Amino acid sequence: MSTSLRNNRVPLLAGLAAALLCAAIALTFFYAPVDEDGLNQKIFYFHVPIALTAYACFGWGAWKGLLHLWKGKPGADLESYVAIHLGVIFGAMTLITGSIWAKVSWGHWWLWSEKQLVLFLVLFLFYSAYFMLRFSVEPGPQRANLSSVYAIFGVVLIPVSFLAIRLANQYIHPIAFNRNGPQMAGSQFFTFCVCLAAMLALFAALYNFELAGKRLDARLRELRELLT
Amino acid sequence: MSRYLSDVAVLARKDLRLELRARNTVPAMLLFVVAALVVFHFALPEGSSDLAAKGLLWVAIVFTALLGLTRAFVAEREQRLIDGLLLAPCDRSAIWLAKSLSVLGFLVVAELVALPAFALFFSGIDGATVAGVALADLGICAVGTVLAAMAVAGRARELLLPLLFLPLAIPIVIGGVGASVAAEPARYLGFLALYDAVFAIISWASFEYVVTE
Repeated sequence: MSTSLRNNRVPLLAGLAAALLCAAIALTFFYAPVDEDGLNQKIFYFHVPIALTAYACFGWGAWKGLLHLWKGKPGADLESYVAIHLGVIFGAMTLITGSIWAKVSWGHWWLWSEKQLVLFLVLFLFYSAYFMLRFSVEPGPQRANLSSVYAIFGVVLIPVSFLAIRLANQYIHPIAFNRNGPQMAGSQFFTFCVCLAAMLALFAALYNFELAGKRLDARLRELRELLT
Repeated sequence: MSRYLSDVAVLARKDLRLELRARNTVPAMLLFVVAALVVFHFALPEGSSDLAAKGLLWVAIVFTALLGLTRAFVAEREQRLIDGLLLAPCDRSAIWLAKSLSVLGFLVVAELVALPAFALFFSGIDGATVAGVALADLGICAVGTVLAAMAVAGRARELLLPLLFLPLAIPIVIGGVGASVAAEPARYLGFLALYDAVFAIISWASFEYVVTE
């Protein structure tokens, strides 16, 4: 467990994320062709990778929670918390970019027939309550257990909610919009993959950065207690 | 196995006996659900469809369950009953199962009043709605009991439970409303059964970690 910023992976990951993000932006605007939806389709290259990264964050958080409960791995609870914290940030960005896309494409800021967007709203509410739970319990083994169990409930909720929202669309709304309209060309798919890699690298860099900060914090507190 | 079930029966009987003596929870749930239905009558504008009323029935059920769940672990925390339960030589998941069953009992009593009251105030209720309510009750109690045990560990308690519970209850509401209003309720009932099975298993497996340190 390294606490120093110098001898861990943060600078490397941050550099990788910056390079990939620059490449992603360049590819999106100068390489990928403008398709029949026009320029607003470009948000696809950010919205979808951000959404997939948010899923990855939630999955990673639940995996760390499972490791905490199952193996009692020290520090796994903190890692789970950091992953979910970033997941909520990426989730909020998904909601914002999705909302902008819906406004530009269909003229409404919010559409209940957009299944992924509704799913993200449910997940956003669920994981926001995670913070309420975590910060209302005293730090200690019980808080770690509760947070881990809640994180695992979250990954189970994702497919269940997705199924429920798909069912709901059949009685609330007809399915009016199909995003798979235009087939993705090879160049578009390549751009998409680079954007996804960039977002995942950004997540990895932020994850390690926040984790290093939190560990430094904990170490400082220990030293202060030793001094007093 | 029979040992496990007898543990569950003893623990559930303890909750029912406490309720029979103190009468804290069930009367409150009954009054709340009837009051909520009256409020909903005035909340719906004149000439609203029966479908809207059916949707509100589900709101009433979820919030009534929430009221019961908020009370579920109060004695365990306030009187430190939970320490005694954890010392008892029984599986920790038996505590979850017993508590879920007693909450389920309270909720069913509340619904035995709520559903006829709904039929009286709004519109008739068909078999699919009753089946949907029964299946939803299982899921609500299974998930709600774990979350109630989580919520009492925190400082916020009563404030925390609705925040934890409502996002998890959204699929139940979707399945339940679908079962009451759709022409073919079978797939919604199937979804509710799936929800019950999935969340009962992970609640059963994870409850031990919620109550122990």
